[in-house]
Amino acid sequence: MSRYFTEDHEWIQVDGEVATVGITDYAQSQLGDIVFVETPEAGKTVSKGDDAAVVESVKAASDVYAPVAGTVIEGNAALADNPALVNEDPEGEGWFFKLTLADAGEVSSLMDEAAYKDFVSKL
Amino acid sequence: MSNINQSGWRPTTPQAGEASGGTFTGNRALMLEEPLIFEIGSTETTGVDFGEAPSGKSRLGGLERSRTIGLPGLSEPEAVRHYTRLSRQNYAIDLGLFPLGSCTMKHNPRLNERMARLPGFADLHPLTPVDACQGAFEVIHQLAHWLVTLTGMHSVAMSPKAGAHGELCGVLAIRAALDAKGQQARKVLLVPESAHGTNPATAAFAGFSVEDIPATEAGRVNLEALKARLGPDVAGVMITNPNTCGLFEPDMREISEAVHAAGGFVYCDGANFNAIVGRVRPGDLGIDAMHINLHKTFSTPHGGGGPGSGPVVFSEALTPYAPLPFVEKQGEQFVLVEEETAGEHHASSFGRMVAFHGQMGMFTRALTYILSHGADGLRQVAEDSVLNANYILRSMEDVLDAPFAKSGPCMHEAIFSDKGLPEGFSTIDVAKGLIDEGFHPMTVYFPLVVHGAMLVEPTETESKATLDQFIGAFRSVAARARNGDPTVKTAPHHAPRRRLDETLAARKPVLVWKAPVRAEAAE
Repeated sequence: MSRYFTEDHEWIQVDGEVATVGITDYAQSQLGDIVFVETPEAGKTVSKGDDAAVVESVKAASDVYAPVAGTVIEGNAALADNPALVNEDPEGEGWFFKLTLADAGEVSSLMDEAAYKDFVSKL
Repeated sequence: MSNINQSGWRPTTPQAGEASGGTFTGNRALMLEEPLIFEIGSTETTGVDFGEAPSGKSRLGGLERSRTIGLPGLSEPEAVRHYTRLSRQNYAIDLGLFPLGSCTMKHNPRLNERMARLPGFADLHPLTPVDACQGAFEVIHQLAHWLVTLTGMHSVAMSPKAGAHGELCGVLAIRAALDAKGQQARKVLLVPESAHGTNPATAAFAGFSVEDIPATEAGRVNLEALKARLGPDVAGVMITNPNTCGLFEPDMREISEAVHAAGGFVYCDGANFNAIVGRVRPGDLGIDAMHINLHKTFSTPHGGGGPGSGPVVFSEALTPYAPLPFVEKQGEQFVLVEEETAGEHHASSFGRMVAFHGQMGMFTRALTYILSHGADGLRQVAEDSVLNANYILRSMEDVLDAPFAKSGPCMHEAIFSDKGLPEGFSTIDVAKGLIDEGFHPMTVYFPLVVHGAMLVEPTETESKATLDQFIGAFRSVAARARNGDPTVKTAPHHAPRRRLDETLAARKPVLVWKAPVRAEAAE
């Protein structure tokens, strides 16, 4: 199991053919209190960089992009009733959606944890 | 309905003793505390005498209402006082400076109101026969003439009812023009980051896909990025000039030329036209369609007092696709060109935006404003709106970060960021602090390209004395925030309600009033 990051502050955790996607702790801290999350329907196919989910905070509404191509297996239903999970545990319980990867090799183009940490420190 | 206010939760009011002790009524001198109308009204009372409903056979087929609808009844003085008291807790342009950036909350001249209330205009029915309302059509026709003249464009659609409605009108005309050329494949509208917030929503609503064009460090459209993205799938660009950073786009002509060369159209958001009216003609910049907010540039009321009005001016290329109806002068007669009368004369129109002619009351006001100012007066509108904004920018830049101050003068609005505020302090705290000072806050957290944006638009109608008072208050609140004064975090302290929990309000909105459960009902 390994975790990768995008420059748009999504994380993706790969476990075999299945990956879980969410937004990073840095992203939630910038957004502030999150009040609404729209996750994608199961079965939706996404290409890398497609709009996959929407996150809305008291400050702004933002799109969450698919870090890699794949087919959505499920959205995190818990976020509908409790969007605050994204603030409380962004890189755990506050995950957005799971998908099956179209190309397992695609994640290698993303940043690892150290590279992302370095990226954020320069923002 | 989990959203109903089960708890009876209320926004907090200033604590008793916080000012100078609580009162029996909750009132503070002439600032009257006012309950909800459901709490003072009663279903048992009424301010009106209704006759008995005539008896007769019901023809509702069993669909008759079975329960009372529970509307509260009040006597006439109670109803009048209720709404008057509520209105006193509100803020309005007639009370003071309203510095909301991008909204152009300028004074609404009383002369406009007088003209709009002339019975010949005010009492007209939209279905009045054409020969009985020639005067009203002349007003529409004259206003159309001045809007076309001031913008240097080819034609104008008067009917759209607000800014975003005008945007939709403009992009639908672009769609119709592309479809007529067989270019259905052009599906992408490019929207720069410095565009008005409604632009991407309009493009998406009209069926386009939206792509961002980044802003430069100086807060303007990145011309190279725009040029690189143009191609056979691009329908055009939606650009705001002056943009929402309060900056003029100097490359506008080059942008238009590049977009046209690539086969696209240029939509310009004219919300900020008040900064350039009488000085710059958008038609000279190669723009194909632009809406004009009569309720901004031309001083008609808005912000609760509305309604808005958003006529759209078109280039020659888009004119054949403009919506119906419009007023035309044939000989000495004004006629309304509609579906039945358009014929081959206007066969390519994409359709209709509204049922009738648009916002007649706003047309009368806007024409009054234009005629009472004249060409020199309108030029001064643009100059003074820019001068006032720059006065605020230069008066604040030592206490607040002004990200584009170095790139020269701003246009009609000044922008600041939350950079330099201590940990835990943000734009929202400065905004709430201004409420205590008796000012409506500026636009906050928009545009998104500036971190913690504070967008201030004073408009040309404010005097130097008013601006100085606002700057004094703004500087004081900003300085307190910079110094970490904890009372700024809890502002407002003197408003009828304390700071609202915006997170709770968004997560668990209370949308419906529900009668509290009475003790006897629970037994």
